[in-house]
Amino acid sequence: MSGDRVSTRADRRRRVLKTVGRYALLTFLAVVVLFPIYITVVSSLLTPAQISRQPPTFFPTHPKFSSYSDAWSGAHFGTYLKNSFVVTIVITVGQVVTAILAGYAFAFLEFPFKRTLFVVFLATLMVPFEVTIVTNLTTVSDLGMYDSYAGLAVPFLATGFGAFLVRQAFLTLPRDLRDAAALDGYGHWRFMTRVAVPLARPAVAALAVFAFLGAWNQYLWPLLVTKDDRLRTVQIGLRQLSGLALGSPNVVYAGAVIAVVPLVILLLFFQKHLVRGLTSGAVKG
Amino acid sequence: MGRVALEHVSKRFDDVTAVDDLTLDIADEEFLVLLGPSGCGKSTALRMIAGLEEPSEGTITIGDRVVNDVEAKDRDIAMVFQSYALYPHMTVRRNIEFPLRSRRIAAEERKHLVDDAAASLGLEDLLDRKPGQLSGGQRQRVALARAIVRRPQAFLMDEPLSNLDAKLRVQTRAELVELQRRLAATVVYVTHDQVEAMTMGHRIAILERGVLQQVGAPQEVYARPANLFVARFIGSPPMNTVTGRVVADGEGLAAELPGGRVPLAAPLAAAVAAANLDAVVVGMRPEDLRLADPAAPTHGVDATVSVIESLGHERHVVCRLDDGQLVIVRQGAHEPVPGEMAGVRLVVDAVHVFDPTSGARVGG
Amino acid sequence: MKQARRRREHALAYGLLAPALVVFALFVFFPLFKNVYLGFFKNPPFPGLPKKYVGFDQYRDVLTSRDFLESLKTTALFALLTVPVGIALGLGLAVVAHQQLKGIGIYRTIFSSTVATSVAVAAVIFGTLLSPQVGLLPWLGLTTEPPILQNTSWALVAVAVTTVWQTLGLTFILMSAGLQSVPDDLLEAARVDGAGAWSRFWHVTLPLMSPTIFFAVVVGTIFAFQTFGQIDLLTQGGPLKKTNVLTYFIYTTLRNQSDPGKAAVLAVALFFFTMLLALAQIRLLERRVSYER
Repeated sequence: MSGDRVSTRADRRRRVLKTVGRYALLTFLAVVVLFPIYITVVSSLLTPAQISRQPPTFFPTHPKFSSYSDAWSGAHFGTYLKNSFVVTIVITVGQVVTAILAGYAFAFLEFPFKRTLFVVFLATLMVPFEVTIVTNLTTVSDLGMYDSYAGLAVPFLATGFGAFLVRQAFLTLPRDLRDAAALDGYGHWRFMTRVAVPLARPAVAALAVFAFLGAWNQYLWPLLVTKDDRLRTVQIGLRQLSGLALGSPNVVYAGAVIAVVPLVILLLFFQKHLVRGLTSGAVKG
Repeated sequence: MGRVALEHVSKRFDDVTAVDDLTLDIADEEFLVLLGPSGCGKSTALRMIAGLEEPSEGTITIGDRVVNDVEAKDRDIAMVFQSYALYPHMTVRRNIEFPLRSRRIAAEERKHLVDDAAASLGLEDLLDRKPGQLSGGQRQRVALARAIVRRPQAFLMDEPLSNLDAKLRVQTRAELVELQRRLAATVVYVTHDQVEAMTMGHRIAILERGVLQQVGAPQEVYARPANLFVARFIGSPPMNTVTGRVVADGEGLAAELPGGRVPLAAPLAAAVAAANLDAVVVGMRPEDLRLADPAAPTHGVDATVSVIESLGHERHVVCRLDDGQLVIVRQGAHEPVPGEMAGVRLVVDAVHVFDPTSGARVGG
Repeated sequence: MKQARRRREHALAYGLLAPALVVFALFVFFPLFKNVYLGFFKNPPFPGLPKKYVGFDQYRDVLTSRDFLESLKTTALFALLTVPVGIALGLGLAVVAHQQLKGIGIYRTIFSSTVATSVAVAAVIFGTLLSPQVGLLPWLGLTTEPPILQNTSWALVAVAVTTVWQTLGLTFILMSAGLQSVPDDLLEAARVDGAGAWSRFWHVTLPLMSPTIFFAVVVGTIFAFQTFGQIDLLTQGGPLKKTNVLTYFIYTTLRNQSDPGKAAVLAVALFFFTMLLALAQIRLLERRVSYER
């Protein structure tokens, strides 16, 4: 019986050590991942002199928020933020709406060339962006959209991925639902808006999160299609800032924080949807 | 030494108590069945023995070792899952071999052990197939082979037959019992099927909402259920339970049921009196009841014949009592007609009595 | 009557597809074909002079030029530096964060946090972190001469590290999702069978996650080939063109040399090689993916 007691204590000690080890590893990894963001936020609250001091300052004892106002008005980040929001929201709405319309057609309607057209939609996923930029620049200029919100948004108002995702979601709805609605006198439009879309809400939400993320983080296209400082998005704003503000890294850091905060807020609320959107893509392969 | 013991083991999930103060001692080479409806805590108890769940309280002993802080992989037990949990990307041979790979066993000996285990379950021809290519019954045998290949101290089985079709289930039941006897293994077997429990176990432990109701050999649990739950759970068709008032009946006591009076045998009457009960639940198994010939005098209860169920080898007559309760009777000589009044004759000594408030058995 | 109803349904369908199709026609397919066509025209060195039709000559000239081959090599090297490491790290984090510990949710949120960073944000952060004056390398004792972003041996690595960090959040989420798809009872069976953590990972988790990993490799490579922002912000293709990936090459050709013909050829080459690599990966790797269950 005393044999029992000894083995239990040794076992328990081993278990506790294992748990401690697990938390230690997790914390270490979390620190490594978070470190760049942490140092960015901290440094945005220091003076340039403090930042260049060695060893580096890891904790702001006298935080200076001036870098944020510098970035906001001096470096026009307020304007950039507004531009990013406008363009991103337009693109997100555009992608979601076109995806719902197209997804509905593919899921619930019958028409000639249906399969061909679906392949066409999917084919757009194969065409990388770089192949289109040269011509798109010309097209956009010809349409008079160079250096405008339209130029920033219009080429991205539809994606094959969106139509695919929404079609999948619509297809998982039971067939009977459509029939019951038809018997109840629901035409296509009412069925789409009152039944199909509300039931497909997870997929639509995932698409919206994706579209928002993608549009917000666009870099090459805004760089090419806008020259006027008043139209710059926050990403290109960062480019300007990092080039110009060689003497004030704290302002650059503040700009980076400003660029990140809206996404952080978005993701805090919609992390679940992002995960769901990714799973549906990966599992199908 | 394949003894498995649970002492005052409890498991709580947030505010739900899945297992409540369970104490159970399973002897070496015993086939113990954990029986109960879904949600009764039997699977949770099994998983705690396996080390897949941690008890909130209590100790679990396997062999002569307290294993509360021992990881599942070091407990020297094998488990057969309800879904079989076969590794889909490995061949049958590799599946069976897997438990051996974590121990330092030479490749030559591993092959030998795998072949042995496969042979004892008739899997020799399937060793190079993958689980996806096997039938349900074959997969189940692979799961068993994987369990026995290591000769663990105890086998844990979580409803292993529930995914098989009825015919295969009956056949596999017998094979499992035979396997256990042959291996002289300790088995803890979880099921919700009381037929499996009755036919396979040395002892049955019945759980309901995390609480142990009764543990005993099948015959004992059948003949002397410890409470109403066990009485109603074991036996098919289930025991009839009718509530009635306690009344004086000549020298002794009787239960006044709607439709008749059931005299209580002397020892039972004494127990009822001692417990100060003025109402009891009377339990009568259908096989102890007969439809009486209307002419002949009976000890029994009058009821209206409601439905006659014919099962081929026997017939069950469902009768309705005055207050609406139903009684199922194995048909006797008299041919019943739906709607007619019939007398239900009973054997006085085969009557069970339960306390209506606690459900506990009254009398010996 | 049925005819009319069917025709209405067709009309409705086309109407619903029209907005998307217009966008695709105008901004995806038309440019795709026009781009190939543009490659046939050599642009004059001075503006104002007309383009010259040269057929496939420009394609041949550009695609055999040393600049192009160097750029292609750089792009491939970059993909090699970022994709395997990124997936391994994402998978590692996902496994570590998959345990049933108290407060694991916080760790999972932290690990996915880089999803909020854009390419520009990551580049700006690392650009400053790695700068010799205001950065952290001196403190870590990792100075190089010349400083890392101007260092011909290390610049690409620095950009790769930035990219891996930036995509870590997304990779983590993807790998976590894949990990979820591994059935719990298989891992429990492996535990009971005596397999330790590493053995369970190698023999059960990894094989069953192969579809997800396969997806990550193919899509990750495609994205790696389209890297642009970090290069533009950190190294501008230098030093000595050591980080001149194809996308950046296209950009400089367009902006600095005003040579849409050459840029078009480069873009077609990028498209072609991306497709080639993706197909090769699918061909080679899909066999080893187990889609069981």
